[in-house]
Amino acid sequence: MVEKMVMLLGDEAIAQGAIDAGVSGFYAYPGTPSTEIMEYAQQSKEAAERGIHRQWSANEKTAMEAALGMSYCGKRAMVSMKHVGLNVAADPFVNAGVTGANGGLVVVAADDPSMHSSQNEQDSRILGSFALIPIFEPSSQQEAYDMVFAGYEMSEKYRTPVLMRLTTRLAHSRAGVVRREPLPQKELKLPEDKRQFVLLPGIARKRYRILLENQVRFLEESEKSPFNRYVDGKDKSRGIIACGIAYNYLMENFPDGCPYPVVKLCQYPAPKKMIERLVKETKEVLVLEDGQPMIEERLRGLLDRDVTVKGRLSGEIPRDGELNPLLVRRALGMPETTGEPVPSIVAPRPPSFCTGCGHADAYHAIKEAIKEAYGDGHIFSDIGCYTLAALPPFETINSCVDMGASITMAKGAADAGLFPAVAVIGDSTFTHGGMTGLLDCIVEDSNVVIFILDNSATAMTGGQESHATGRLKEICKGLGVKEEHIRILTPLKKNHEEMVRIIREEIEYKGVSVIIPTRECIQTLGRKNKAKGGK
Amino acid sequence: MKCDILLAGVGGQGILSIAAVIGHAALSSGLYMKQSEVHGMSQRGGDVQSHVRISSREIFSDLVPHGSADMILSVEPMEALRYLPWLSPYGWIITNSQPFVNIPNYPDPKAIIAEIEKRPRHIVINADELAKAAGNSRGMNMVMAGAASLFIDIPLQKMEEAIDALFSRKGADIVKSNIAAFRAGREFAQKKRG
Repeated sequence: MVEKMVMLLGDEAIAQGAIDAGVSGFYAYPGTPSTEIMEYAQQSKEAAERGIHRQWSANEKTAMEAALGMSYCGKRAMVSMKHVGLNVAADPFVNAGVTGANGGLVVVAADDPSMHSSQNEQDSRILGSFALIPIFEPSSQQEAYDMVFAGYEMSEKYRTPVLMRLTTRLAHSRAGVVRREPLPQKELKLPEDKRQFVLLPGIARKRYRILLENQVRFLEESEKSPFNRYVDGKDKSRGIIACGIAYNYLMENFPDGCPYPVVKLCQYPAPKKMIERLVKETKEVLVLEDGQPMIEERLRGLLDRDVTVKGRLSGEIPRDGELNPLLVRRALGMPETTGEPVPSIVAPRPPSFCTGCGHADAYHAIKEAIKEAYGDGHIFSDIGCYTLAALPPFETINSCVDMGASITMAKGAADAGLFPAVAVIGDSTFTHGGMTGLLDCIVEDSNVVIFILDNSATAMTGGQESHATGRLKEICKGLGVKEEHIRILTPLKKNHEEMVRIIREEIEYKGVSVIIPTRECIQTLGRKNKAKGGK
Repeated sequence: MKCDILLAGVGGQGILSIAAVIGHAALSSGLYMKQSEVHGMSQRGGDVQSHVRISSREIFSDLVPHGSADMILSVEPMEALRYLPWLSPYGWIITNSQPFVNIPNYPDPKAIIAEIEKRPRHIVINADELAKAAGNSRGMNMVMAGAASLFIDIPLQKMEEAIDALFSRKGADIVKSNIAAFRAGREFAQKKRG
């Protein structure tokens, strides 16, 4: 009989853990697979009753900085993002390692191996290790919940931010979680050293030395962590290091216990003594990790000798993509279990614009006025639903790199002589990372046409509120776009000819044009109408 | 007891309500459960799947291992075939017969059904029609949950309680019509299985 428990996604377990651990503020920008952390906090009655801050930020960098500010005040804060969001937040993230924390600070990065909804599959453990801070990597929803408590304790014990890293599969999988008695929030209490957060070289050098000295203590914590375990096995022909969720894929193949010695590794820096013992007692070591081969690489070392290491680098496991029970089974040399192959009649079904989506109407006009008039190759796009214009029937965009890159790549292309140079960016992506790029264009009066597709939502991640809603025109004007070259349209089929005409006019204008097709996301609109009708 | 289900459909078809019913019933029966979902890009009309795992023993992997699903439960016929690599040799394919056509190269629906029927254990249901007949034109998902329930070792009463819990805030009529759809699916499956 299972104990009375709540069913939570990995993301939700983290949010509930933070609420129960006495967090005072959640900070985040939506990004799959991390979005549900903030969404859960926003829907939580307890969080509302406790007056916990739980509003979206403009981007991951502003979220990280606000969380650091809350930590400065002695309160517990959580900031969550997807892996590529950690790149955006990298500046404050790495420097927060140096300033250290005051109130507990847990940074959550949800990685997306196999790129289900992402541009790359980078492993946030490497960035955490780069910042020299402790990292927690849960193997289950329960561990995710428990680790939030442990994370805050460690963060406050050593006055350091900690990183919690999980991957898509755990973020978006539900299981039972047993909750603890909630803790009260912390009182506002400024750091004892009022210069702790002032990273002037003289102070930063001192702070950095403290961070370096703490490395030994972080390692000691890992050695005795309840999340790291040495499980002995009789068969010493191999030892296994299983990181985070990889532990589950291993145990799935050995329901009655693994015959090989195993190091279950869920807290970093990697526990050296446990791994030393594993290397000493076994003939070879198989490393199972979801993401990049971080532990495998370190175990091999520069000269790659003395220890026989198997994993992603040796080819036992594919170099890219997320793990699953079958891949682990293959790496263990066990007989394959698999069903039939997919019959050839099955056609791929890629994602597409929703029926009635305003982006589709906007792209029909963009395609006619630009791709069909000047050929393929002029349109730099960005990250959001509108990236789907790369697929049939549009096949109209030429880039999707990072949040905001559409505008600045179009600028660079215009600098190189490309005409027309066009950017297509969404409203939320624009306020996330596009505004500063637009300013660059204004300063040089670059010859670019920038479309801000305004659907008044952060749509791809589920229709979260957008900071841009109702503010786009003023922002563009404020940055210096000439008012007569800010063109607001309604992307509907019946307006097609007008849209094409306006686009042509703005292409002819030699300077910065901003065209804003504005129509609410039909998903969020539908939900609002339903809610109205229901009440 | 162990039941691994590959739940399949197209983004927007609402397969997660099926997972919610089965999951709720499993938990209230004192079983372990893990259920992974697809969020993000694929939800925009792409193929989506959910791995639902129920067991009387502790469950490790959030993903159903290849070749070991007891059931593919699909709300769309072509999507049922996409997950054959996960189906155990003794597993069932339970699928709605009504295609969801949102791609230009959707294959001949008859050929898809014929492909499904090549497998020994299958139940193909016109769930849209059964839902309508049960007075719930939006109850296709509950018809499919009902058909699946026949193959899951959880008391029927627990399943119906789960529907009640899931829909109760929408009113007694909605609960009733969803239970009617659920029962219609179960009866159909019972006849087909023999």
